Amino acid sequence: MNNIIQFASKLIKGLTSDNANEVYKFHGGVHPDGHKHESTTHPISQLAIPETLTLPLRQHVGYIPKVKVKVGDYVLKGEMIAEAEGTVSAAIHASTSGTITAIEEAIIPHPSGLPDMCVTLAPDGKDQWTPLNPIDWKNTPINELITSLRSSGIVGLGGATFPTHIKLRKDGTSGIHTLIINAAECEPYITCDDMLMRERADEIIKGIEIVQHLLGATKVMIGIEDNKPDATSAMTSASQTLTNVSIKTVPTLYPSGDARRLIHLLLGVEVPHHKRSTEVGIQVFNVATVLAIYRYFTFGEPSVSRVVTVTGNVETPQNFEVLLGTPVPLLIAAAGGAKTDTTHFVMGGPMMGFDLPSTDVPVTKAANCIIAASPSLFAPPPPALPCIRCTRCADACPVNLQPQELYWFAKSDNLEKARDYHLFDCIECGCCTYVCPSNIPLVQYYRYAKSEIIAADKAQEAADIARERNEFRLARIEREKLERAQKHAERAASTKNDEAKADSVKSADSVKAEKERPASSAEADDAKKAAIAAAVARAKALKLAATQSDATKTGSEEAPAPAIVENKTEPTATVNDEQAKKDKQALIAAAIERAKAQKLAAAQAGVAPKNTDDLSPKVKAEITEIETIRAKAKQMVENKDPD
Amino acid sequence: MNRSPYITNAPTVSVIMLKVLLALVPGIIAYVWVYGAGILVTLSLATVTALVTEAAILKIRQRPISPSLADMSAVVTAWLLALALPPLAPWWLVVVGSFFAIAIAKQLYGGLGYNPFNPAMVGYAVLLISFPVIMTKWPAPLMLADASLSAFDQLKFIFNHALPVGVQLDAVTSATPLDYLKTQLMLKHEIADITQAPIFGQFGAKGGEMVTAGYLLGGLYLIQQRIISWHLPTAFIATLALISLIFNITDPTHFTNPAFHLMTGASMLCAFFIITDPISGPTTPKGKLYFAAGVAVLTYLIRVYGGYPDGVAFAVLIMNMCVPLIDAYTQPRVFGHKH
Repeated sequence: MNNIIQFASKLIKGLTSDNANEVYKFHGGVHPDGHKHESTTHPISQLAIPETLTLPLRQHVGYIPKVKVKVGDYVLKGEMIAEAEGTVSAAIHASTSGTITAIEEAIIPHPSGLPDMCVTLAPDGKDQWTPLNPIDWKNTPINELITSLRSSGIVGLGGATFPTHIKLRKDGTSGIHTLIINAAECEPYITCDDMLMRERADEIIKGIEIVQHLLGATKVMIGIEDNKPDATSAMTSASQTLTNVSIKTVPTLYPSGDARRLIHLLLGVEVPHHKRSTEVGIQVFNVATVLAIYRYFTFGEPSVSRVVTVTGNVETPQNFEVLLGTPVPLLIAAAGGAKTDTTHFVMGGPMMGFDLPSTDVPVTKAANCIIAASPSLFAPPPPALPCIRCTRCADACPVNLQPQELYWFAKSDNLEKARDYHLFDCIECGCCTYVCPSNIPLVQYYRYAKSEIIAADKAQEAADIARERNEFRLARIEREKLERAQKHAERAASTKNDEAKADSVKSADSVKAEKERPASSAEADDAKKAAIAAAVARAKALKLAATQSDATKTGSEEAPAPAIVENKTEPTATVNDEQAKKDKQALIAAAIERAKAQKLAAAQAGVAPKNTDDLSPKVKAEITEIETIRAKAKQMVENKDPD
Repeated sequence: MNRSPYITNAPTVSVIMLKVLLALVPGIIAYVWVYGAGILVTLSLATVTALVTEAAILKIRQRPISPSLADMSAVVTAWLLALALPPLAPWWLVVVGSFFAIAIAKQLYGGLGYNPFNPAMVGYAVLLISFPVIMTKWPAPLMLADASLSAFDQLKFIFNHALPVGVQLDAVTSATPLDYLKTQLMLKHEIADITQAPIFGQFGAKGGEMVTAGYLLGGLYLIQQRIISWHLPTAFIATLALISLIFNITDPTHFTNPAFHLMTGASMLCAFFIITDPISGPTTPKGKLYFAAGVAVLTYLIRVYGGYPDGVAFAVLIMNMCVPLIDAYTQPRVFGHKH
């Protein structure tokens, strides 16, 4: 009976509700234990200024910024120490006032565990701000505002760390109609956004106002998971002043905080796989990011701190507002220290985070959460069993992939097939691994397959360019031979009655020409034919040598030439005249010397050796073309962003 | 290093298999009630044979033995085969079938997760082809038999093929309804007359329909526990009901009603326990529907037109062959893709 009443009341509620909080559903998702309450019992506390700050230059997605300071410089808080370079890049600022003590490589909090360039700062304890320039955003052209954000150092603080000014940049193709504020915070353990909303909802709302103004969005939706009632009510009361902002609670279902999932939850729109959300008029910002934007425009403060959740196996889990560059051990100590059975530390959440390579790393813009891990908290996975194709992973996949098929393809290195089954749509959320009865680390297989495919694609690209370049080169050489042979034949025909041998010795100015000497005494046509045949044979030999040598190495390109020159001289040794032979050898030696010198000079100059003395303008133009392709290839190989 | 996620929440393979075994218990209880305790001997024999075979082959293949035995998959295969065999099947039949199912159909293909065919059905098919007489001789339900056998008598019969003094084989066996129906239809009798025979119950076979109901109950438990998805049983039952309804409507004198087809033979065992084997079945939701529908159609056709009384085993094996094709052509639409 009770059930019936409950059902009826639900039904009535459903019918009478004004659809204000209607949300859509996405496929799959999982319900991991939230573990949020542990770190929300304390307010956000400020961490004292540490004795040293280590600021990695690369705290964002994109190019490394250019350092503007040198060791020994005194900097004030908020002073730019590295400037954004290239389009996708972000500036780095001094988190407090002090002296630059080092600019060197250090371990950064990154899954690779590799060191990267960092600026070390010894704070003077004064925490003195550099003169700040608040910007009256209401009365400044939007373009100027966005340009100025380039020097704010603000990046996506939800963990993606994409430079914010890029996300606001107008590309002129489509207008943004909807701004979505990502406050879902679906990963277990992490509560930094939750606490920010509880404590600084007013500032977040003001930040939303600014971002909405910058984007020209007509509608704003704030998506909050329904496990954060306090944050939701704080945001609701703060947003009373704004008319076109709606706050929507979304069901607690990991990974609702994934941008594409959240867009679908709130708007029912699936962003096409090959497009960015901006291409369909939607832009997503994290709450902490809009707060940072507010502080930048209103107070002129660049990105110098962030809120970090310290939780897991620590005595008093809580959130801290931390200066960027603060050593992680200080943070852990501030949370009461790690319990004795702590084995390692995880940055990010338990679903998508990674093992810190060492605790001796600084807090970066990406550090939303530090979890002290212990075997009881994160049990080591039991050995993996064979896949039984139960498809729990497919049921849990928020992208509606077939993880069991992808696993099969990845495991058997059938990478093309994995790509066909949309491996690159995988967001690595970990839902599949979370539900796997056979304990298969599925996401690991996808990460592996993705990196293999990317590496293979890069190698293929480089090989394609090298092959193209080589084919072009062979064609050029052959053409040069033909041209020379023709020229020579013409000359031979005109001086038919002359002493052939002397003539040819005189006219030869290179080893290649020298080769043609025995033929010069014969008929012009014969000479031409022989020259062509020789050229073809040479090209073949060259091609063979080229295929044997590593085609991708730019340095090896000219290497086969001398060897071939020597090979080609052999037939000339059959000439009876001993003197001629000696002459020839001398000539060859001279030519080799010349080639060597040329090559050396070229190597010093950093360019490939070229003999462009007596070439037609057409051939020269072709060489220029080759050079451009070569430069392009070089650039691609060297400057390619590793990401 | 990136080795997230750090947390998991999944039943282990062992737990899944144990729940499948648990879901078979209602059917087994009904089985014991209808046919006597002999089935318990058959189940034990099959289980022991399957486990010993699995261990032996793993040893030969130099693979770890205990994790594979602990996953309980061999026991599930053994039980499904045992329940598909005629009650009181001789011991060697059970042993041969279980051995074949595990050694050939499962381990020779690479063990758990790699077998393209349902091992229990392979075992069953091999026995049916090799020993058709024994495989189609079913004992009469206890309630119908002229002479009843005690549990000890059944044990003796299984191992020695010996009946108590004075009891003839005919007294304890009878034709199954599917078999009887087929022969009677060939003798130009009509359905209405045929089903008057005492072996027919309310819907299917007298007694047998209770076992079927037990399987149905267990199957619903598996769906509730999310061990199996609703797609396979629903599509199988719906298709079997639909196809038998079509034939029944067009010619009720020669084709029985859908309820008979659903409640007789191995229909429910097939719907909830056999086609739901994830390893040899399809993985996509749509594919599961096609697969189950295919099994249902083939089962019906073999029952009605084929040479064997029930068609489940062959229907399943034939559809197993189609699984890669079904999977390839029923890939669901990925988020953000048009198709």
